Amino acid sequence: MSILVIAEHDNDELKGATLNTITAAKEIGPDIELLVVGFSCDAVVEKACLIPGISKVLVADKETYKNFLAENIGSLIAEIGSDYSHILASATSNGKNFMPRVAALLDVAQISEIISVLSEDTFERPIYAGNCIATVKSSDSIKVITVRATGFDDCESEGGSAPRENLDLDTNLGISIFVREEIAESDRPELTAADIVISGGRGMQSGENFSLLEGIADKLGAAIGASRAAVDSGFVPNDMQVGQTGKIVAPNLYIAVGISGAIQHLAGMKDSKVIVAINKDADAPIFQVADYGLVADLFDALPELESKL
Amino acid sequence: MKVLVPIKRVIDFNVKVRAKSDETGPDLTNVKMAINPFCEIAVEEAIRLKEAGTAQEVIAISIGTNACKEQLRTALALGADRAILVETEIEVEPLGVAKLLKAVVEREQPELIILGKQAIDDDSNQTGQMLASLLSYPQGTFASKIKIEKGKINVTREVDGGLQTVSLDLPAVVTTDLRLNEPRYASLPNIMKAKKKPFDTLTPEELNVDASPRIEILKVSPPPERPTGIIVNSVDELIDKLKNEAKVIS
Repeated sequence: MSILVIAEHDNDELKGATLNTITAAKEIGPDIELLVVGFSCDAVVEKACLIPGISKVLVADKETYKNFLAENIGSLIAEIGSDYSHILASATSNGKNFMPRVAALLDVAQISEIISVLSEDTFERPIYAGNCIATVKSSDSIKVITVRATGFDDCESEGGSAPRENLDLDTNLGISIFVREEIAESDRPELTAADIVISGGRGMQSGENFSLLEGIADKLGAAIGASRAAVDSGFVPNDMQVGQTGKIVAPNLYIAVGISGAIQHLAGMKDSKVIVAINKDADAPIFQVADYGLVADLFDALPELESKL
Repeated sequence: MKVLVPIKRVIDFNVKVRAKSDETGPDLTNVKMAINPFCEIAVEEAIRLKEAGTAQEVIAISIGTNACKEQLRTALALGADRAILVETEIEVEPLGVAKLLKAVVEREQPELIILGKQAIDDDSNQTGQMLASLLSYPQGTFASKIKIEKGKINVTREVDGGLQTVSLDLPAVVTTDLRLNEPRYASLPNIMKAKKKPFDTLTPEELNVDASPRIEILKVSPPPERPTGIIVNSVDELIDKLKNEAKVIS
């Protein structure tokens, strides 16, 4: 039986998380189909067909799916899902939204946010904010899985030539309507895809002071994140939050500034390759996970760092 | 309207959990238990709907052992009108929880079900979506704002790039994100009053639901340890280490 991977995209662009999810699928088995569900998403389908190792790209291009409403997408995937041994999606806000609906409709459990594949039915996933790793084995006939992108490398994105197959399904449940979206525009890389992330915490003291991070982010080509404390204090919007309930990142370099290192924050960044902590409190728990710690007042250290980079 | 608020008893969010040395599970001996933080936000939102006159009755429900009564009492002290415990000794997975909740929804006919987006123990983030799916209800997950009018609910959701607003037919399922509200504390008089509020206990058998697990936990191990880091003495030393030792900047 084949594996179905749901592509993550915004109707214009295929998102990088799809490539990590395909890597996870390849560790499960060789026969992988990719589903692009959206509206007016030909540009995404073209890219999807180029990914090596995909046997075909299924396309559900209908206005019903334009805004990725979970009710409608969940029903579509459940309708075709019983032909597959595994259904995988990225653990993005979209994947987390529709995948449990798919699992419930197929009457199977969902295995959330796997970070490794041990066999076709056994996986590892973090629990308790990443303080424990559970090895779980599913007894269901169809495995519905979300994949944490930081657990898998991205696969090759070019060189393949998978055929396209259009699905003539339109599963509009008619119980939900998209109203509007307020998406932050930024020239910086996306938090979850950036090589370098610099994040501020409560120690930043205000939203204005995040400008101290911006100069450094510009020089390093970094994305800017924040701790929950900084979000709760109203310094920055929630989509910048790194942590158990925010975004999970694992960049090559993570710089934590004025962040104490609560369990919930560590859960979102402790798989980063190199961690730097800048904090004036030498006892802050963030120093226990940092490769390089600098005990300093961030209002002195940040301008100096920016000028010397 | 009637609002149903499912809550989960979990480890207190301040406790750092460790795997047991024999890797059979997390070590939960003598740890403090509490209402899951996201469920607390759900209770608060339901109570606010009642205070605003939008909701007439708030029912708190939990699924688990007899010990969950403690968290249901807290929900009653916070302002829920009555509580239901679906008592079971087995560790019910999100699909089983959703099936049990569906059975209760069919009995109680609430127009709105508000629950936490995720429990901080198993970090699954599934139950609300599964419940909505089983009931063929719409869902507003990761909610940071809700507004009810004319038989519909507008839900502003926290999504990866920012915010999304959807309009859902009622009845609907909403799952809470952190910024939806700031939960209150229970006052002593309300804690006393809570003891007199109606409290029902049901079993999965009475609800005619098979909630047996589908997933076997083979082991629970500690995450890989990070090597011990060093403290640098200056910004210059930090830049030097990042360039020449870690080689992560150029």
